[in-house]
Amino acid sequence: MKTKNGWNEKMWIVSLLYFFLGFFSIIFAWLGMLCFVIPMLMSMFGKEKAFCNSYCGRGQLFTLLGAGKKISLNKKLPAFLKSRWFRYGFLAFFMAMFVNMLFTTWAVFSESRNLNEAVRLFWMFDVPWNWANRAGGAFPLWAVQFAYGFYGLMLTSLILGIITMLIFKPRSWCVCCPMGTATQMVCKIKEGEKL
Amino acid sequence: MSAEARKRKKAKVFRDDCVACGACANVCPAGAIYIYKGIWADVDLNRCIGCSKCKAICPASAITMGIYE
Repeated sequence: MKTKNGWNEKMWIVSLLYFFLGFFSIIFAWLGMLCFVIPMLMSMFGKEKAFCNSYCGRGQLFTLLGAGKKISLNKKLPAFLKSRWFRYGFLAFFMAMFVNMLFTTWAVFSESRNLNEAVRLFWMFDVPWNWANRAGGAFPLWAVQFAYGFYGLMLTSLILGIITMLIFKPRSWCVCCPMGTATQMVCKIKEGEKL
Repeated sequence: MSAEARKRKKAKVFRDDCVACGACANVCPAGAIYIYKGIWADVDLNRCIGCSKCKAICPASAITMGIYE
């Protein structure tokens, strides 16, 4: 049953704060790793999809805007977007892009490449973001490069989520969200269910 | 639909389509929906009041309303 005014219902504020912080100082992008690690640990250690169900700030934000403020066109998601092939394919693509980002981080670490002070949107477009590099030597360059890369992934998925929220049902992003797919996959494997 | 039939209207989840996001459980006023082991949503038919809120919010369109005898 819907519980009223639990602290976890305000996670959408944390989600928004994350993007504001990244706008002012890119190193805060590292905090986004929590959104990778916590759901996976929860799914592996008995909490199943509790993160998606109760703590995902992004899902709450989309519900708040799409259903609460009624800015969603509320159309049905096309069947192919909720097919297993697309969901697992999108997860694989996201993981590949994450690994690609790790290679870039390694290249900066090994000094074979300079720091790229840009946020890459949709895996293609570099948006200059140099003002947010305020670490001032306090952090190694590879850590700053990782932050840029990770913030790009997070911002790209937020924009995709907003687009799907505007056109389709508010939480349509949840259907193809790589973390949601990965945690459900873990739960299915644990229970011996068909993927 | 008669008033009696409307009372017997209950939510049904198509497990293959469900992504277990929990949107339905969060919106259910009767607390009739729970997420089974993180895999799919399940409906407690004894508690379901047939309001269709879950069907409206489900992003995967995995919920339909049916009449149960």
